[in-house]
Amino acid sequence: MSEIKKATREGFGEEIVKLGKKDNKIYVVDVDIGKSCKTGEFRKQLPDQYFNVGIAEQNAAGVAAGMATCGKVPFVVTYAVFGSLRMCEMIRQEICYPNLNVKIACSHGGVTPANDGASHQCIEDLGVLRTLPNMTVVMPADYVSAKKLVAASAEMYGPCYLRFTRDSIPVIYDEDAEFVIGKANKLKEGKDVAIIANGDTVCIALKAAEQLEAEGISVKLFDMHTIKPLDVDAVKECMEIGKIITVEDHNIINGLGGAVCEVAAEQGNTIVKRIGIQDQFGQSAPYERLLEMNGITVENIVNTAKTLM
Amino acid sequence: MSEMSIKDLKNQATDLRKKVIKMIYEAQSGHPGGSLSAADFVTACYFKEMNLDPKNPKWEDRDRFILSKGHVCPIQYAALATLGFFDEEVLATLRKEGSILQGHPDMKKCPGIDISTGSLGQGLACGVGMGIVAKQDNKDYRVFVVVGDGECQEGEIWEAAQTANKYKLDNLIVFVDNNNLQLDGTTDEVMPNINLGKKFEAFGFETFDIDGHNMEEIVATLDKIRASKNGKPKCIFANTVKGKGVSFMENQCGWHGVAPNKEQYEQAMKELDAQYI
Repeated sequence: MSEIKKATREGFGEEIVKLGKKDNKIYVVDVDIGKSCKTGEFRKQLPDQYFNVGIAEQNAAGVAAGMATCGKVPFVVTYAVFGSLRMCEMIRQEICYPNLNVKIACSHGGVTPANDGASHQCIEDLGVLRTLPNMTVVMPADYVSAKKLVAASAEMYGPCYLRFTRDSIPVIYDEDAEFVIGKANKLKEGKDVAIIANGDTVCIALKAAEQLEAEGISVKLFDMHTIKPLDVDAVKECMEIGKIITVEDHNIINGLGGAVCEVAAEQGNTIVKRIGIQDQFGQSAPYERLLEMNGITVENIVNTAKTLM
Repeated sequence: MSEMSIKDLKNQATDLRKKVIKMIYEAQSGHPGGSLSAADFVTACYFKEMNLDPKNPKWEDRDRFILSKGHVCPIQYAALATLGFFDEEVLATLRKEGSILQGHPDMKKCPGIDISTGSLGQGLACGVGMGIVAKQDNKDYRVFVVVGDGECQEGEIWEAAQTANKYKLDNLIVFVDNNNLQLDGTTDEVMPNINLGKKFEAFGFETFDIDGHNMEEIVATLDKIRASKNGKPKCIFANTVKGKGVSFMENQCGWHGVAPNKEQYEQAMKELDAQYI
């Protein structure tokens, strides 16, 4: 893991310009938080592919759906809480049901908009969106994977929800790392315990894995950047160990932990410990403190692993 | 665009009304009231105004038609079948398992449906998206959207309306089916639509207040609109009667979403048969 820290929204902002230049069917639909979601360069460099529909998220979803029926590939750009919840029914009716090629690209995922408080933190989105048929749900773990997964989302046909961080998080991947939507990236091979993490918690899980290894516990670690379609093979590989810890910056209900449990429970020989937001709203506080309040820490992952030994 | 006479269009509207009643009777489910109120301007769009190719429903230069009040799809299905988008016999499968004619329009199943609708308030935004693309791609196609007066209580309609103004969508034509009734009662009882036509005007639309059952006026208005490329989106505020054409359904809130029984069906068909000119 490098010492460099970058918000994954920066990766989105850079990649979307590249994509837009390569393909003029790529559109951005903004809702007046473009500056914050890093579409400024796209707006400047590709004005004919850029549309700001004002503070009107429901409308943004519908406008994008209409554009998609005419062959465009619109990215609706907003914050996770608005993109998943304010727009939810429009995404269901006008994007997922007709299976249109619209991407919902959201900054401010999880508790990363820390000092903005609970209204702007989003702990429900991945769960809500993964219940919609036809939807693909992705949360990159760093700046590099954000760029690559944004590009991959444009390559695939169909609705895709992408979740980015507002705050800076460590860059963990090399620029030449490869990413396939629906296929988890294995960061560590091990045999005593498996950790499956996503998004901004992958770097925390990575530190925990290193600490456990130093203490003689061998850890298999996956970055499950796509929670739908879930990489069931990766989960099954972890089930061979029989001990899984999931880590996520999302409610422990219906997020990554829930998705992994759905697979594990069908076989019944694996214990899954879920680390994540404890079904509670946040508050204005430093990002690290909010993670601590929910036990999303290196220490808690390490201790949880030890209880499984 | 076809050159059908006013008389032919009127008879075509009667024909579609009969198909609507038959479909809903056979399905024993559906929404006759709003299908009948929208029948005349839907006929004018499909049989005179719009550029379509029934043999190539995805033709990229076609005019788009969005039934934002998706529950009145029987009138759209009747028009599409008559034009040959699919076989007329399919009309008998409305709302039945496996049918392309879902209870609300499904663009993946039914040829000629440009966007799936059913959840009120959402179709206009989709139409705005299509209108924007037409402008960006320098295409001449236009987008026709039908919204209900009750439906205009949804906030998203107004979000979309302000966007239509921003992007100067004079290629967007919104029909408001102003029949004054909604599911639970009159619009005045449920939620008064204060100055609904004026609201569209205030949102930057060029608005035409017309009798939505007067075919001459509908056609004349569409003629005017075709010539008006002034950067303003268009609103045809069509004053209509819910259930129009079937005496016992007219202005009856109870006929919003109820199918006729055998006796009522026969009576309705008899009345409609007498309306051919």
